[in-house]
Amino acid sequence: MKTILHIVKKEFLQFRRDPKMFAMILISPVVQLIFLGYAANFDVNVVHTAIFDQDKTITSRQFIEKFQGSGYFETDYYVDNYKKLQNLIDNHKIIFGLVIPKDFEKKIERNETAPVQAVFDGSDGNTAAISAGYVQLIVSNYSKSVVTDFLNKNGMKIIPAGNVESKVRVWYNPELKTRNFMVPGIVGLLLMIVTLILTSLAIVKEKEVGTLEQLIVTPIKSHQLLIGKLIPFALLGFVAEIIVLTAMVFVFNIPVRGNLAFLFFTTFLYILSTLGLGLFVSTISKTQQQAMMLAIFVVMMPMIYLSGFAFPIENMPKIIQYFTYFIPLRYFMVIMRGIILKGVGFSDLWMETTLLFIIGVVIIFLSSLRFRKRLD
Amino acid sequence: MINRISAVVEKEFKHLLRDKRMLFVIIFFPVFLLGIFGYAVNFDVHHIQLAVYDQDKSEMSRDFINSLSKSDYFDISNYLTKDSEIKKSLDEKLAQVVLVIPNDFSKNLYSKKESAEVQFLIDGVNGNTATIISNYVKAATLSYNAKFQKEVLEKTGKRAFIPIDLRPLFQFNPELSTTKFLIPGLIAMILIITAVITVSLSLVREKEHGTSDQLKISSLSTLEIIIGKTIPYILIALLDAVFILIAGYILFNVEIKGNYLLLFLSTFIFILASTSLGIFISVISDTQQLAFTFATMASMLPSVILSGFIFPIESMPYAIQVITNITPAKFFIVILRAIILRGVGLQAFWHQLIYLIFFAIIFLFLATVIGNYKTKSA
Repeated sequence: MKTILHIVKKEFLQFRRDPKMFAMILISPVVQLIFLGYAANFDVNVVHTAIFDQDKTITSRQFIEKFQGSGYFETDYYVDNYKKLQNLIDNHKIIFGLVIPKDFEKKIERNETAPVQAVFDGSDGNTAAISAGYVQLIVSNYSKSVVTDFLNKNGMKIIPAGNVESKVRVWYNPELKTRNFMVPGIVGLLLMIVTLILTSLAIVKEKEVGTLEQLIVTPIKSHQLLIGKLIPFALLGFVAEIIVLTAMVFVFNIPVRGNLAFLFFTTFLYILSTLGLGLFVSTISKTQQQAMMLAIFVVMMPMIYLSGFAFPIENMPKIIQYFTYFIPLRYFMVIMRGIILKGVGFSDLWMETTLLFIIGVVIIFLSSLRFRKRLD
Repeated sequence: MINRISAVVEKEFKHLLRDKRMLFVIIFFPVFLLGIFGYAVNFDVHHIQLAVYDQDKSEMSRDFINSLSKSDYFDISNYLTKDSEIKKSLDEKLAQVVLVIPNDFSKNLYSKKESAEVQFLIDGVNGNTATIISNYVKAATLSYNAKFQKEVLEKTGKRAFIPIDLRPLFQFNPELSTTKFLIPGLIAMILIITAVITVSLSLVREKEHGTSDQLKISSLSTLEIIIGKTIPYILIALLDAVFILIAGYILFNVEIKGNYLLLFLSTFIFILASTSLGIFISVISDTQQLAFTFATMASMLPSVILSGFIFPIESMPYAIQVITNITPAKFFIVILRAIILRGVGLQAFWHQLIYLIFFAIIFLFLATVIGNYKTKSA
């Protein structure tokens, strides 16, 4: 026990000697959280629009006003030929072009169907799909009001039977803000980066500098060295977690709805697995450079893309979904979002918690096996 | 000068070749990652899990449910029988959306006073998916109404009046697949990480090992050392770029619609800009650990989140939009999307190219100034 404490003390002394590093580890997550938290959202608030109105009548203008009144569309350009519209799309100036045909008013007055073209820049499929949804709703509401007017004029006072009205209610995140979804994810991501950077270099640094041999000849047992090395990083991870969570609550106004103690308990399990992964990288690498490349390409990038942080796992092909089962952040992501946004507890998250625990223990065990071999 | 630089280049290549494992990671991992992530990154929402709570249990309500389940977008996950199961379905993620059909549905459907209300309860935790689901359910209801009204009117001998026929046209990407949009971002990210991290580490390593002092007292100038040491990494990054583009074409059908020469030129300029960021980081950090932390924070996270790769820049607050300029990936992604997806020429992105050149010059300048200051004070 005493030996472990000595190693812990030694590691902390090293932190103190390298204040730049220490500051980076504690300050940069907060700065990153604030930048990234504001940046990470998919909300489509403004749809840049060009209008090509060939009809130029009262009816067509009324139709256009419906778009402008919705608050989503910003009419940046009025064009008078199709070529200009195409040009604006090519040069990424607009994402939506509305083309109203010449006989728009006439057709509507004659109760015929007027074809209206909506041209989208589809290159960003997500934004295009959401904008198309807005367009669709505006057009159907407009159609509905035209039909009602028509029926009223013809003395049919009532709307024909069969209008199903859908009331859509959104739970957990009624304003549909993607930020609330992303920020807890970013917390998990930052925690991973902080702990991984530290541990992935922990052993290999001593190897490269040559101090590992000195440690080997001391009577310190390998598990003592391991624990002594990991405790300071785990503590730092917790400090970073507390700072980042505080920033989340106060900067982004996202309260933790669930149990804080449970959140910290699962954080501990999560840190166990990231420390384990870092340690593993450190023991298999010969140089710090190797360790860093491995940490980034083999651990960090898969954690970002395969954890469900930004890309829903359900949308991935089956084979890739099997990969995601090995990503600890995948489980921690569900747990964080569950506790923070839904306020659910262990009864709903027992499976993720258990899996996180198993992964953590297995990884730590494997890397300590590997570590022992190196010491021999 | 060329001779001396090529000597440094040769030395650096020998270093690289000696570390086979490292070389393998740098050259093959980017392609491998593109292979996996390319399949993983997409926002396409299909097969939404729909739980149905049908209190009406009539022919009409079943007809409405069928109209949803027949489409490609909804899969019925389970049928609910109690109010309490609604919360359970959403809390435990058994369903993404719950449809509640009240017991007066079929009565109100034919009523001339009231409309038949149905309720959709959506799991909003992922706001993006929820927005798309909400659009789908609204559109599905509208088309059900249109079909129903047409039938009712036809029975009474009247013709239905549909005022507007909306014809959406999605250019460049008619299937609205998000993969093609995201792959350029993935390419930019992999390249910037490779360039920034390898360059900054290879420069700092000499500092940490003390070999940079030996280099300093040689007849080589600092500039020659830096150029010589970065050329191999620039070449490797270019090689990576070629591999990644080929993989993108083979695996994801991402064809290059535009000019190859322009693509090569812009990639080269982007790698230069990333390299200059790497050089800057190597100047301000004394240990590999610090350089690594800086490089991760400066290259990896911003290129994922601030570059417009995943999150649209227009939706960010203005202050953050200004900050997005710190990552060269932002500009390269615009260029890549223009060349690869839209096949347009220089006129669509020349200012991005100029910015990248500007970026490279500023960071090299800062690196020189700080480097000189450090040598003097040392």
